[in-house]
Amino acid sequence: MTIGRREFLIGAGKLLIVTAPAAAYLEAMAAGTEIEPAYKMADHYWGMIVDIEKCIGCGNCVRADKAENGVPMEPFYFRTWVERYHIEGGWSEHPEVDSPNGGYDGFPEKYAVGDAGKSFFVPKLCNQCAHSPCTQVCPVGATFETPDGAVLVDKTYCLGCRYCVQACPYGCRYIHPQTNTVDKCNLCYHRITKGLTTACCEACPTGARQLVDLKNPKDPVHEYLRTHKIQVLKPQMATGAKVYYNGLDGSVR
Amino acid sequence: MQESLLQAVQGYMYPNEIELQWSILIVLYPFTTGLVAGAFILASLERVFNVQAVKPTYRLALLTALAFLLVAPLPLQLHLGHPERSLEMYLTPHTTSAMAMFGFIYLWYLMAVLLVEIWLDYRKEIVLLSRSTTGWIGKIYKVLTLGVDNISEGSLKVDDRVGRFITIIGIPSAFLLHGYVGFIFGSIKANPWWSTPVMPIVFLFSAIVSGIALVLLMYMATCFLKGIEIDMPCVDTIARYLLYAFLIDFSIELMDLIHRIYEADESFQSLDFMVHTRLYTSQILIQIVFGTIVPIGFLAFTQLVKLSEGARKGIYVLAGTLTLIGIFAMRWNVVIGGQLFSKSFLGYTTYKMAFATKEGLLPAIVLLLLPFVILWGLVKLLPPWHEEPAANA
Amino acid sequence: MQKFLKDKEHLVRLAALFAAGFVLFLAAKTLLVPKGFGLYGHYRAGALADNRARPISFAGRAACGECHTDKRDEIQGGKHAGIGCEACHGPLAKHAEDPSSDPKPVKPDPRKLCLTCHLANVAKPVKFPQIDPKAHFEGNPCAGCHSPHAPDKEPKT
Repeated sequence: MTIGRREFLIGAGKLLIVTAPAAAYLEAMAAGTEIEPAYKMADHYWGMIVDIEKCIGCGNCVRADKAENGVPMEPFYFRTWVERYHIEGGWSEHPEVDSPNGGYDGFPEKYAVGDAGKSFFVPKLCNQCAHSPCTQVCPVGATFETPDGAVLVDKTYCLGCRYCVQACPYGCRYIHPQTNTVDKCNLCYHRITKGLTTACCEACPTGARQLVDLKNPKDPVHEYLRTHKIQVLKPQMATGAKVYYNGLDGSVR
Repeated sequence: MQESLLQAVQGYMYPNEIELQWSILIVLYPFTTGLVAGAFILASLERVFNVQAVKPTYRLALLTALAFLLVAPLPLQLHLGHPERSLEMYLTPHTTSAMAMFGFIYLWYLMAVLLVEIWLDYRKEIVLLSRSTTGWIGKIYKVLTLGVDNISEGSLKVDDRVGRFITIIGIPSAFLLHGYVGFIFGSIKANPWWSTPVMPIVFLFSAIVSGIALVLLMYMATCFLKGIEIDMPCVDTIARYLLYAFLIDFSIELMDLIHRIYEADESFQSLDFMVHTRLYTSQILIQIVFGTIVPIGFLAFTQLVKLSEGARKGIYVLAGTLTLIGIFAMRWNVVIGGQLFSKSFLGYTTYKMAFATKEGLLPAIVLLLLPFVILWGLVKLLPPWHEEPAANA
Repeated sequence: MQKFLKDKEHLVRLAALFAAGFVLFLAAKTLLVPKGFGLYGHYRAGALADNRARPISFAGRAACGECHTDKRDEIQGGKHAGIGCEACHGPLAKHAEDPSSDPKPVKPDPRKLCLTCHLANVAKPVKFPQIDPKAHFEGNPCAGCHSPHAPDKEPKT
């Protein structure tokens, strides 16, 4: 079938009518996504090292996080918290664990020296999982893994259905009572994209918490991971957790 | 309330776990959609598998399914932190999330299956009523006819064929409508109480059980209210299907339980303790003993021993009621039970249910009663009994 | 075709209704999906900017050292070299931006602050310096013997 000039012009016109709004649509899609000129997501891949052997349970990280990120002061909500483990006889399937107000006010002494138990502190936060189960179950795309390795929440898009809270194996999510959306540690994204470290790492007096950039060849994390015995929480869940613990006892849940 | 929750924590819970995320409203949702799926499957027994005995309940089962389906999204809307954003599930559904599929499965089932099937079955009456009824109800009938007045023999045959086809695709759709709810829970690896591959199957079969029990009770109740004789072969057949579904459901749940006890993985001690303490009444007593074993026992008894009509009617009412309570308890035990223990397996919390709050007991009761109000309206609009109104020539 | 459609007009109308609904849905989807959705993944690209938009509360030790060079040098030499200034002095980004602004940084109460870290606790690492305040010079201020910025040195009088 030969195409006459008339049909060709009509067809081209129709094509133009379709592609013009399509181009405009793509342009509109990209707008509103201006990125800090100095910060390129592709250059970074964030994680954290927590050194159990250095943590003294002072609670500075919990306090700093609440101050930096506006975490509500009511009793249940923590983006990060510290747990104290006490294990009779050094090993137990049922360790005694407490976290009074998440460790915000420190830990009142409960145990006597020389009681044949083993005690230590375990700071916890969102593990910024590379295969995060919370992202998998979000029905609308309100929580997501960024190209630079942080797991964030879109507060204006979250429905507050709480499915992600159920799916997180580590209990690091909560519903913010004021916004009625989910909230969690976002690795101080507003700080790390400006070259600062997270609030909790800034406040830690012993260096038990350290922000690491796995894509930076000069970052001490590479040497650290090679020279220490490293664990992640709940490795059997295969979440791709990126908070690496040094000196984590096997009894830690 | 939050202070008292802290007091009620036993052992250790991660701080963010202490307050439950999913309330009684989320218990209500699988219960409601379960009734829908179950009622529909009972209706399809007649249409697709030609079980003529249950024909008297066909239309009632469909209307019951519709009434409950219309109410089903309401507990979810009440529960959401931002119900005004729920359209996002249609606009940007995240295809890795079972919950994102809710909107489409629900819409599909409501529009393409249930409404179309009801419309096709009732179309003759709708057209006749549109001719004879006046006022704004007459206008409703007129709209429902889609402006087509043809109820010739040929058109009704077409309706029957298409209706049969819809019912056939309706069965897997009903399976999907409730099976995916089971998958929402069953696919959460973080929660060992929920995470099991049989969860969708258990949900589906308990849905069928609850739906059949509901239609059985509804049929007997409406016959009683209208002074109509109960069709005994009909209810005998329904009760038999209830027993079969119940036996399958119970077997699968029992298999899961035995498997858990035998393997005794890291979560077992914590869950076992929870079942024997905080969940004892709702799980052991209400769900298992009075909600499953007793009704199965009664129903099996009617199959083994020849009983009088009166005795059978009484047993059916009792078994049906206990079944509905038992299946509700099963939803409660899954949803609430799954949140009472810590993911550290070191502690437990409690569920403090308020009364007159957004997610309290009062809205739950209202939402449970609402479908009956809607059903009353539907029955008035589309009477399930074949009383032919005077037709214009 | 006419023969096929005989007695099926109501079905045609039903199908038309469904088709109209579907078109409406597609239109709504085009209009209502937020800008930038799907650019980097299944999320609104603008959420990245939203997460970056929070004001900073802790300035970071580098910022303090720009003005307070004497304290910075004092700390470098001592056992507290690894501790950030705001770990003890609280969030001071506003002060770093504009030192004349309120609230002004306050000297923390040494007795309370020191014990936050150095109060003896069985769960603390054994090698970490910790004291029982009743047994260790009870009643005396810590800063009397330990300079807060360089605690292994004598305090400047």
